[in-house]
This record gives sequence, C-alpha cells and structure tokens, in this order.
Amino acid sequence: MDLYLKLFLEFAKTGLFAIGGGMATIPFLTKMSDETGWFTHMELLNMIAVSESTPGPIGVNMASYVGYHLAGISGSIVATVGLVFPSLIIILVVAQFLKRFGDSPIVKAVMYGLRAASAGLIAAAGISVAKVTLFNVKALGTGNWGGFLNIKAIILAVILFYLTKKYKKVHPVAFLAASAIIGVVFNFA
Amino acid sequence: MGEIIKLFLVFARIGAVTFGGGYAMLPILQREVVEKYHWATNDELTDYYAVGQCTPGVIAVNTATFVGSKIKGIPGGISATLGVVSPSIVIITIIAAFLSNFAELAVVKNAFAGIRVCVCVLIFNAVWKLLKGAVIDKLTFIIFLVVLLLSSFTDAAPANLVVAAGIVGLAAKKIGGAL
Repeated sequence: MDLYLKLFLEFAKTGLFAIGGGMATIPFLTKMSDETGWFTHMELLNMIAVSESTPGPIGVNMASYVGYHLAGISGSIVATVGLVFPSLIIILVVAQFLKRFGDSPIVKAVMYGLRAASAGLIAAAGISVAKVTLFNVKALGTGNWGGFLNIKAIILAVILFYLTKKYKKVHPVAFLAASAIIGVVFNFA
Repeated sequence: MGEIIKLFLVFARIGAVTFGGGYAMLPILQREVVEKYHWATNDELTDYYAVGQCTPGVIAVNTATFVGSKIKGIPGGISATLGVVSPSIVIITIIAAFLSNFAELAVVKNAFAGIRVCVCVLIFNAVWKLLKGAVIDKLTFIIFLVVLLLSSFTDAAPANLVVAAGIVGLAAKKIGGAL
C-alpha cells in the first residue's frame, strides 16, 4: 500500500479510537510501533518529551513528528490530517445535533450534569499539573521533607496567582512568556 | 469568507501558544473566543469540553471544530480545525528536522518548568470562571466534587465519568418533575 495512504489510515484509526485527549493516543501509538515498525518504543518516548515541550495538542504533535520521520513534510501533514479527520466528522455531526435539539429539556437536563463533571475533570487536570510542578512527590519516600516542596515554583505560582487576579486585562500569553524567562533565569528544571 | 479566514487565524494563534494539551488551552480560549470575539460563552466551552471527553479525538481540536461550526457551519469547523493544528505541524517539523535533542536542552527544560507553573495557575483561574455556570446547586456541586476526586485518585476513564454525570443530571430532572 502507498505509504501516504497507510499513514493517513493508521492515524485516522488512532484519532477514531483515542477518546479523552492527547495522552489517550499513547497506547495506540505503542501498538502502531509494534505493528508497523515505523518507530521504536525509545523513539516514541522521545516524541512524547518533544510534544510536552512544544505548543499544541500532544496528539497532534505526535502525529506530525511520526509523519515527518517517515515521509518528510508531506508525511507530517498527511498524518496530522488523518488524526483529526474522524473527530472532525463526528464533532460536526454532534454540533448539528446540539444546534437542533439544544433547547430540548432532555438535552438541557443531560448538559446540567455534564457541565459539572466537565469542570471537575478540568480541575483534576490542573491538580495533576500542580502535583508534578509544585511538589516533588518522589522526595516523599526518601524522608527528605525539604525536597518535597518545590519552593521556587511555589513562589512563582503565588506571584502569578496574585498578578493574574490583579491585572485581568493582560493576555495569558504574556504570563506564559514571563514564566518561561523566569524558568530559564532561575534554573527551574 | 472573512469569518472563515478569521477562524483559521485565531485558532492558529491559539494552537501556537497552547502548551500541554487541551486543558492548558482553556485559559487562552476564554480570552480569545469568549471575551474578545464573543464566538461562544463560558457555559458553551464547558459543554464542548464535556462532549470532547466522550468523543474520539484530541479535545483541543474538538473544541476548535465546535466553535468553528457554530460560527460558520461545516466550512467554519474545518477552517478552525486546520487552524489549531497548523502551528504544531510547522513547529514539530522544524524541531524534527534540526533539533534532534530539543527536549534535552537545558534552556528548553528550564523554560518549560517555568511555563508549567504558569499553566497550573491559569487552569485554576479558568476553572473558577467555569464554576459559575457549571456548579449552580447542591447536586452539581456534588457531581463536581465526586468527579474531581475520582479523576484524581482512581484511574476512572473521563468518558465514563462524563456519561455517568449526564445520566445523573437526567435522572435528577426527571425525579424533580422538570421533564
């Protein structure tokens, strides 16, 4: 089979079955690595690291990275379009449905429950980022309590929290950029 | 045509500054899509995230498709989707081509350690804004808390939690006599 067609189909399959965001694509990519031999597990780990340190949804970054390694720039476009294709179709259908039935009491009742769950999931995602960023969970086992708190990160978090509340008009990107610079200047990693 | 191009450009800008996936994108979406362009409300964004949890695909991309299609139908959905993924293609291609050890560079590691701190703070601010529309009574507060705890301390799949919450919402309205 043509490599491009195969790339498109493999990533479309991943996009169709990975439910719940970028990290959900990882088990599928592991399987893809076993079945196609396009990349090794080690390369997959490198890809995850690169995806985590670049902007953009992780699943999309992974597709671009794998596609580029196999077939250059056109490969990266084909794999990415393949990944988003199934969800594009599904969401367009769901959006039409919500437009037509959004005002029905049943849909409203379901959404009443969904919204609270959605906010809970987003809060949980925030907590999981905070856990690895502000605290060093690994230090707990060693009895090194000082190492448990990531002091530099916590100070920055408190300052950012205050500034984002005080200067609501400032674009979030300005805070992100400032944090990147502070991370480099004060050796955050 | 103007709106379709605008959707592409705004979502390309959002894709270029989203560090760490769909959840980290929420604060930027609130600023651009809700506050600046008024393409959707905070409540609608919460709905899109909920639906994005139980449908296939990447949440950030699903949200782009939703907003795009709300504004300009199918062409709008396609345009916003292509917009949100295009920066990734460009950036990843450059990194793959020139910087094989990109993620290992000390400057990159330090910058991203700083960015992650900011992402936590921004996510908490974003959740705060969503709560006003999502947690409106005792039951929704309980759903919020239960989902938060289950998602933090068990490996319950997000899609299952969302579906269960939808059923609870439906049952509560039925028992309450609203249906």
